[in-house]
Amino acid sequence: MRLDYPANIKIIRVPCTGKVDLMYLLAAIQKGADGVYVVGCLEGSCHYKQGNFKARQRVEQARKLLEEVGLEGDRVRMYNLSSGEGPTFAAYAKEMTEHIKALGPNPLKKWAKV
Amino acid sequence: MISPKLVEVGRHLNVNIITNSEIKTVDGEPGNFTVTLVNHPRYIDPVKCTGCGECARHCPVTAVNRYNKGLDDRRAAFIEYPQAVPLAFGIDTDTCIGCGLCENMCVAKAIQYDDTERESTITVGSIILASGSQGYDPSKLDFLGYGKSPNVVTSEEFERILSASGPYRGHLCRPLDREEPKKIAWLQCVGSRDTNKCGNGYCSSVCCMYAVKEAMIAKEHAHCDLDCAIFNMDIRTFGKDYEKYYLRAKDKDGVRFIKSRVHTVTEIPETGDLTVRFVNEAGEILEETFSMVVLSVGLQVPETSKLLAQQLGIELDQYSFVQTNPFTPVSTSREGVYTCGVFQGPKDIPGSITEASAAACAAGSDLSAARGTDTKVIVMPDQQDVAAETPRIGVFVCNCGINIGGVVNVPEVADYAATLPYVAYTDQNLFTCSQDTQDKIKEKIIEHKLNRVVVASCSPKTHEQMFMETLEACGLNRYLFEMANIRNQNSWIHSKTPAIATQKAKDLVRMAVARSATLKQLKEKVISVNKQALVIGGGVAGMNAALGLGKQGFHVALIEKNNTLGGFSRMLHHTIEGGDIQVYLNDLILEVTGHENIEVITAANVTDFSGYKGNFTTTVVFGPENEKRTIKHGIIIVATGAREYTPTEYCFNQDPRVMTQVQLGDVLEEKGAAELASVVMIQCVGSRNAENVNCSRICCQNAVKNALIIKKQNPETNVYVLYRDIRTYGLMEDFYKEARNLGVIFIRFDSDNPPQVVPGADGMQVFVKDHILQRNLEIEADLVVLSAGMVAEDTTDLCGIMKFNRNPEGYFIEAHVKLRPVDMPGDGIFLCGTAHGPKLITETISQAQAAASRATTFLSKSEIKLSAITAQVDTEHCVKCLTCVRSCPFSVPVFNTEKQVIEIDEAICHGCGICAGVCPRETIQLNYYENDQILCKIEALLAGGM
Repeated sequence: MRLDYPANIKIIRVPCTGKVDLMYLLAAIQKGADGVYVVGCLEGSCHYKQGNFKARQRVEQARKLLEEVGLEGDRVRMYNLSSGEGPTFAAYAKEMTEHIKALGPNPLKKWAKV
Repeated sequence: MISPKLVEVGRHLNVNIITNSEIKTVDGEPGNFTVTLVNHPRYIDPVKCTGCGECARHCPVTAVNRYNKGLDDRRAAFIEYPQAVPLAFGIDTDTCIGCGLCENMCVAKAIQYDDTERESTITVGSIILASGSQGYDPSKLDFLGYGKSPNVVTSEEFERILSASGPYRGHLCRPLDREEPKKIAWLQCVGSRDTNKCGNGYCSSVCCMYAVKEAMIAKEHAHCDLDCAIFNMDIRTFGKDYEKYYLRAKDKDGVRFIKSRVHTVTEIPETGDLTVRFVNEAGEILEETFSMVVLSVGLQVPETSKLLAQQLGIELDQYSFVQTNPFTPVSTSREGVYTCGVFQGPKDIPGSITEASAAACAAGSDLSAARGTDTKVIVMPDQQDVAAETPRIGVFVCNCGINIGGVVNVPEVADYAATLPYVAYTDQNLFTCSQDTQDKIKEKIIEHKLNRVVVASCSPKTHEQMFMETLEACGLNRYLFEMANIRNQNSWIHSKTPAIATQKAKDLVRMAVARSATLKQLKEKVISVNKQALVIGGGVAGMNAALGLGKQGFHVALIEKNNTLGGFSRMLHHTIEGGDIQVYLNDLILEVTGHENIEVITAANVTDFSGYKGNFTTTVVFGPENEKRTIKHGIIIVATGAREYTPTEYCFNQDPRVMTQVQLGDVLEEKGAAELASVVMIQCVGSRNAENVNCSRICCQNAVKNALIIKKQNPETNVYVLYRDIRTYGLMEDFYKEARNLGVIFIRFDSDNPPQVVPGADGMQVFVKDHILQRNLEIEADLVVLSAGMVAEDTTDLCGIMKFNRNPEGYFIEAHVKLRPVDMPGDGIFLCGTAHGPKLITETISQAQAAASRATTFLSKSEIKLSAITAQVDTEHCVKCLTCVRSCPFSVPVFNTEKQVIEIDEAICHGCGICAGVCPRETIQLNYYENDQILCKIEALLAGGM
């Protein structure tokens, strides 16, 4: 479909969002990513039944932990769509980028660089 | 896109490619034909030729490049295109001067000037004719200026102009002055839908869609705001989701669609621009100037195919397409000889690929007794153990023609890759997926002792398997491979910002290289294949799929939710060609129910499902007593069908004089048309609107079919068809013409000004604006017939259990729209009939045979290799907390009370990694996706800053 979405989004492939460990989300923020989001299947249509629910739980957990240490929990998000929804994917990518831009840079970045 | 297919065919052990040859005679009978071939000389030995191209580089002779439609030159020693299979050059002796330079230059000693025409014979059981089409030659239509005005090109020429490997390297230029055009006009139906000038009365089915595509790509390639106009009679975007593409072109990208057949194209000598003279719908004569005109030429059967048919004794129709029956779409008039693709009739790529599989099914059914008797087996070299070695990574960066190279600075990315840790070799390729590059990769792996390979190109979904096989072919474990998707995730979406795209490509390559260094060798488990099939849905699609498999000797369980077989076809009477659907259906049901290999289970619903390719288990509850049955099967064919939309428009269900086309079919069958004085049909009811954007494909021909029945029974009846575009594609155009000849009146309306239907005491009143008369019309009608679209059967429950993917309209999603049109994304699961999208009964039959054919590729094997991507437990560090046992959605991890350990059976592990994600001690790792194999990507990405 070649739909345009922001270039600052880099995709890391996992077999199922159920494989997304809490550690991955936190590591990304710790190492200086301004935002992380998980894109899973629509709820109820996970190919592996529950993977996207597990992912959502971990995203929630990550958000809570970030808030606890004084960062914006909303730097981590979960989105759901079906594989047939390219335009929605692009729309979420734009939404996330704009949202993160509004939040500003990740304050951990200056330490991550050192 | 065709490259992986070419490579797959090229490397397939049981496909013997004989190029440069023609059939002389075919003797014998089905199951045992002797085919005599004439092998034309190539003058270069394809076995010795390495495809290095030195002969062409040194050849002093220039010849017209037919592959690029004469728009540029090639040498007398040549290859048609870089991805050609076999990758061997040839000499065009019409232009060769015999100077001997190429012979001197050829290190492989492949040049044979004395090569001669030979004859050879092969013995085969079945024959499939797939000789394809050629574009119509418009030079006879002098009013279009083709051949006189250089800036008038055919659509085939324009395809080459847009191509990266084309005459202008993908730069949008017009032939006269190589200037970039500012305005381009496409003229539709050149050599199609035209009985006056060229005799091709049929619709070529593909030109509307390719014209829209060419306009969109041209806009993408253009540096200015290119103005694109498509002059058409009807826009026929009837394929699955094609309407959405058309709307995107029209509404979002500003492609203009003008309803007109152009009168003349005249060149302005000073500028080379072209004046297009046409009549608009209001009857005004208009002129508009364009920098370039593209003639959307139709498909037609080449003369050589006609000769071939003559030699084989195959009957052709009036347009020289192979004569087939609506219910046996791939069978020719000669037993044992089948056909597919455009030689069968005009069609697009998905249709051709589907039909190709159908022909393979028909041919395979005849030969099933001899399956596996004359085949070769692949022997891969022994794998070398590189586990202890330091990583030596090879990075291959692909230009993908200009798909990547036109945006991303590929040499810069390749240079950058060379600076990354463990990278021992980097290279860039025009097409990394082509056969010659595969050979080059193998060479480099051996030469540089590479033990990891990274390809930066396109999507692993389409190309990963092919590259992994390349690794295996030189003794490297296939899992030591990683792809960076710098096309779909980069150059395609950031085409306007090359610098950013280049930086992102570097980031993606850095991530891939980091990951590849952490990859481990993995071993795949081999499992047996259950030879039984499960077909879901007992309509025409499901029954044909079941028969396709049953005839090849596989046992089939055919489950149908209703009490009887037949599905939606029970409601239909005749095909547009006149084929009796009920007679066909009853014969089909008898054949299916009487077949020794097919078990029919009616009133059945799926209640449980588990397993994986080759070994599925499905539980069904069936019959009046709700009996339970567990079926073990190796593959699944989904054929759940679709039904007619129930209109809410035009007083349907409020007035008995308003009915659907299917209901009209019943009325005509029972009472005939004798009492009907006036019938109005309204098209696109429940299709091409806000609720259902897509075209339902079948309704136009349905209206024409019923209109013809009425007119033939009662010529006095006035029949009006109110339409938006008439989409009687392919050979059905003849019926549209016949309907007009018999006096059926077709009136076009706009979607924003639809007809109004008002019930009256004496009849229905229909109000519509006629675009040609520019007047509002009022039509009295006995019946208002709504051409209701198709809607997919409700499969929510089934999908809840079996986890199949559907699109927003409820139709199932195929693995690849063009290359794998009947495969579902899950391995071992196939799709056919209207469950895939609206289609005709003939198309449904060939798609069902195609699904059976694809399923046979599984069922014919006694064992298959499973993915090595499964979860592993480190039992030594496991604390047996049982979190994995509780979390696995498939109940795979079990606690072995005897050994006191957690066990994960790799044969049933789905490889989702949920257990690895929940394990609190990280003692479970998912192969190929171990924690450090993912974390290193995050680290590598962020090491570059963001």
